[in-house]
Formats: sequence, C-alpha cells, structure tokens
Amino acid sequence: MKALPWIAFPYAALLVFVGGHVWRWRFDRLGWTSRSSQLLEQRWLRIGSPLFHVGVLGALGGHVLGILVPARATRAVGIDDSAYHVLSLAAGGFFGAMALAGIVVLTLRRLLVRRVRRGGGVADVVVDLALLAVVGIGMGETLGWNLLVGEYGYRETVSVWFRQLFTLHPDASLMSGAPWVYQAHALASLTLFALWPFTRLVHVWTAPVGYLARRAHILYREPPASTSPS
Amino acid sequence: MVKVRAQLAMVMNLDKCLGCHTCSVTCKNVWTSRPGVEYAWFNNVETKPGVGYPRRWEDQERWRGGWELDGDGRLRLKGGGQLEKLARIFANPDLPAIQDYYEPWTYDYGELTSAPRSQVQPTARPRSRLTGEHVTPSWGPNWEDDLAGAPAHAPADPNLRALEEQVRLDYERVFMLYLPRICEHCLNPSCVASCPSGAMYKRAEDGIVLVDQEACRGWRMCVSGCPYKKVYFNWRRGKAEKCTLCYPRLERGDPTVCSETCVGRIRYLGLVLYDADRVEEAASTPDPRDLYDAQLSLFLDPNDPRVAERATADGVPPEWLEYARRSPVWKLAVRWRLALPLHPEYRTLPMVWYVPPLSPVQGAADGDEVFAAIERLRIPVEYLASLFTAGDPEPVLRALRRLAAMRAYMRARTVEGADGEPDPEIEGMYRLLSLAKYRDRFVIPPGRGAEALALAADGCGGGCG
Repeated sequence: MKALPWIAFPYAALLVFVGGHVWRWRFDRLGWTSRSSQLLEQRWLRIGSPLFHVGVLGALGGHVLGILVPARATRAVGIDDSAYHVLSLAAGGFFGAMALAGIVVLTLRRLLVRRVRRGGGVADVVVDLALLAVVGIGMGETLGWNLLVGEYGYRETVSVWFRQLFTLHPDASLMSGAPWVYQAHALASLTLFALWPFTRLVHVWTAPVGYLARRAHILYREPPASTSPS
Repeated sequence: MVKVRAQLAMVMNLDKCLGCHTCSVTCKNVWTSRPGVEYAWFNNVETKPGVGYPRRWEDQERWRGGWELDGDGRLRLKGGGQLEKLARIFANPDLPAIQDYYEPWTYDYGELTSAPRSQVQPTARPRSRLTGEHVTPSWGPNWEDDLAGAPAHAPADPNLRALEEQVRLDYERVFMLYLPRICEHCLNPSCVASCPSGAMYKRAEDGIVLVDQEACRGWRMCVSGCPYKKVYFNWRRGKAEKCTLCYPRLERGDPTVCSETCVGRIRYLGLVLYDADRVEEAASTPDPRDLYDAQLSLFLDPNDPRVAERATADGVPPEWLEYARRSPVWKLAVRWRLALPLHPEYRTLPMVWYVPPLSPVQGAADGDEVFAAIERLRIPVEYLASLFTAGDPEPVLRALRRLAAMRAYMRARTVEGADGEPDPEIEGMYRLLSLAKYRDRFVIPPGRGAEALALAADGCGGGCG
C-alpha cells in the first residue's frame, strides 16, 4: 500500500505535468496567459499579489536548497545542521508567511469580490484553493511542526525520496514513515503539479526575464513569405 | 543614408465630424462584441472639453504612458525601464481599473415580451456585463456626449490647464468639438517597447501595430505604456487586444470599418514614406513644441526620384510609390500642413492626424472677415494647440487660416463669380476636403498576397463549408 501514494501517484502526477504542458503549448498557446484580474479589482490585488509572488519565489529558493541539494553538500560547504535549521526556520518562515498571507488575500478576493468571481472560471478558484492548501500545509511544517512538535530531519527522508523519483528508484518507506504534515504537503504539491498545465499557472514558464536583455525600442516584424507584398 | 519604410496612416477632418458615433458602433460590432471586451472601444468619439475615455487618459503624470527624456536627453519609457517594469509585474500601479473606463451593461430585453400582464409597461432593466447583476449606470464611454454634465466633469480635462484664463463653460462662452480616437499606430510605439514578452510589434511593411495573440502572456504593461490608452485588456481571455487598423480589410484594398461607415466622410487613409533610421532621433527632440516639426522631417517626398529609388532598395513594392504619391494623408499632413498629430508631446510619433475644426467666430465679426478673425474663433486656439502641437499655437493658426482661405477662395469663385486661372493646389484641397470622394479619401494599395486575394474572391479563403 505504500507504493500507491509514494510511487504510483507521484509518477502519474509528473506524467500529467509534462504531457499536459506539451499539449497546452501545442494546442492552446492562445490561452497561455497569466489571466490577470487586475483590471476588475485593484485594491486587494495590490496587497495580495506581490506578497504571494515574492513569498512563493523565496519559498522556491528554500525548496531548491532543502530538497534538491543533499544535506551532505551543505555540510561540506560548512553549514552545520543547527545553522541550516535556523536558516530554514527564519527564511522559510518569512517567505512562507508572505506567501500564505498573499494567497489568503487572493483567495478571499476571488471568492468574495463579485467581479473577480464571475470574471474567472472554475480553474481559477481551484488554483487558489490548491495553492492555499500547499502553502498552508507547508507553513504547518516549517513553523507548526518545528516549533510545536520538534525538529524533523526531512532532508534524510522526504528530500531523498523526491530525488529518487528522478533516478527511478524511489523508496516509499522513506515517505510512509514521515510525519503526516510532510506527507500531506507532498500529496498536495503533487496534486498541484497535475493541475498545473491546465490552469493559469503555466504563465510561470514564460516569465519575461528576456525583457531585461532587450535593446531595441521598436520591434518590427517582416511579413510571412506567403503574404508578402507582391 | 535613409531607411525608407511605408506607413498606412489616417487623417480625420474634425471640421466635418458630426459626432454620430457610427464609427464606434460599427467598429464595436465587428471587433469587440465579445466577452471580456464589452468595455473596450477600439474606436471611440469624445466630446472635448471633457475627461474622455478612460477618464483623464491625457493625464500622463497619473498614468505614466508614452516616453520622456532622461537627464541626458535620452528617450525612456515614462512608466519605467525594463527592471522597474518587471519589479511591478505582480501589480501594475499604472493600470486603469474597470471603473476608469466604465462598468459595461446590457438590458433585460427579454422582460419586454415575457413580463406578466400588468397595468404598467414592462421595463428592460440594465444589467452589468461583469457580474450579471442589476446596476444603475453612472458612467459610460460617451457619458459626456455633447457636453452632458460638462459643468461638473469638464473642468477636469487636462487640456484646460493650457488655457491662460479659466474657461467658463457658461452658455455664452461654451465651445466643444468631437474627437474620434483609434490606435495611433505610432512610429515610435511605447506599447511595443513596454511589452515584456515581445508580443507586440510593428508590421515592417505598413507600420500597423499589433498584438501577437499567441505570444501575449497578459502582463498588461502595454495598457499602461500606451499614453492614448488604446490597448485594452480582455479580462476573460487574459490577453491584450487593440485596434488592428482593420488590416484584413486593408490587405484587400478596402478601408477600415470606421472609415468606410463614416457618415460625415471625415476619414482619409493613405501611405506615407518615412525614414525609419531617424525615428528615435526625432522622438528625442528636446523641446516638446518642436516634436511636430521633427516628426514632419521624417517624411520623405514620394515624388523625389532618389526617395523612390531608395524605397525600392529598402523593400517597398514599386507600385506602392504611386499610391504614396496620391496619398491623401501625405497631402493633408505633410504637403499642406492641414492635419496635425494628437499629443505629439507623448513622443510616440502618432500616425492618426487631425484637421482642426473651424468654429463660429466669437463676438461680432465683420461679415465675411472670418480670415482675420481666426484668433477669435469660439474654440480657443490654445485648447487646440494643447491637443495637437504640445501648446504651440502657430501650426494650428496656419492650418485654420488655410482652411479659411480655401473657403474664401471657393466662395469668391462660386458665389461671387470671380474668374481667372484656377489655383490647382486650392482646388485640390477643396476636392479632397469638401467633395471628399471615396476614391480620393482611400488610397490603399490592394491585393497583398495570395491569401488576401483568395479571401477577397469568395469571402472566406476557400474555407467555407
């Protein structure tokens, strides 16, 4: 029974994630957008959106450090476990709180501001609720579990299991023994990954960082060959 | 050395605009009668003085659209550079809200036939197109039509700042003009420079500014970057949309929908040739009042054989040169200086030009001495200069005097029986402005590409079931 949630489901979710993006890029580039609702409501968006985005980008950095980088690598560069713990608690708590505050504001806005609710679709509500769950449970780990229950060495279990997914030798027992908040966060995140390609979240992959390098003011486009002036 | 490009441009003769909104309605029916853009009018007609649509769009201290010069005199976006734009991408502080346009609504028309038998007439109540709920409309895209509510709203018109004495909008002194507006298809478009995705572009062959719908990601920097507020955000699709200058029609040689349906025949479409290499230089002219002349200096005379040779070398189709020579836009804006650009101080080098309106002479004028009384026209020259020349009254006065002179000349010939050799320039002006024949108003190079021709032939490019 350990294999279902920690081997079958993760691979199914990641398969949908990859396949869904290929499908979306090929057949629905017209719908590939951030779907901003700022036009319809500005006051709450100006608070919630920057909070959420900055918080989530910070949390992403924390996840790269905590999950993708093995514990022995951080130890090798001289960060001992207690220093890492303080760092993850402080930075994770800070950015996590920002993200959580932001997504709470954005979710309430989506549900309560009539223009925003009617202006969006079911997918927009689902995305907000899924993010709320993922970020909320994540904060339950970072602050809740760490402060109330005690420090949990997820870098020896959860992180190892996640990296094993990509080497195709996942050990389900690493997850089945983890505290329930860590299990819940992993399952919620995998669900979010499976939903990702079918929602506005795709805008993440087309973040316009290339804009910083653009030199030209005016972009001219030549006509396609078949319709050039004759 | 010059880099010759062709631009399809428009002139509107405000002297003949009757404010009927036919252009707005036909444009709406063709382009924005869809969910998400109910509030958007690619073409709208404003009564000036007034705050316009969206409200106070001309106040660039608030909306930060267009360009400005930095301390070193270099051109930069007024809304901030690339880094600043990305820093503000999560919540764009310069984006107008839907209330700055208006909350679009429809009516419960079904009530008119489905209401139960009653002693009173059934009514079709207004209903919001955003929330579906009943609303009481309190603002709209032409709420100020014919100065409606002007005593309350019009003093907020940014152009009135230009007038030395406080304009009193009382009955004796009141003035107004209609200002139809579409996308300016600028030579130096700030929306294009503002788009982080590079989804907006200027067509190399005819200068039409478009949004690549597959590349737009809804970052909405173009909406705030455009000082004319002529890029709209489709809140349902999550993408930017704008006036396309009806390019599918232009490509088969037909005028835009707004031009085709204009009852007053005020619109002109034609080519101008310009030097694309000097666009940034012209837009960087230090004194805003010199921008009009700087923009004029970009245009190249299609009758000059060297220009023709250079244009062909730069890829302008040879047959387009003949269209450029006959272009009404070239004649009105460049040759005769009758048409002026809208708000050149935004530094986008706009390409929809306006013939300023003559208006009744204020106070007592001596009979036919309109010519001498141009300065005493009811519409203050300073107001027109604030719209069209960054405040310089001279180009406005020149255009108005020429219009008055043309009238005086034609009156002398047709009413008073003056004879002598006719002046071909003035006769040509009269033909173009007063008679305004269809073939003279629209000089559009047709038949671009096989697809366009196929579309023209059967109306659906062979794709109809």
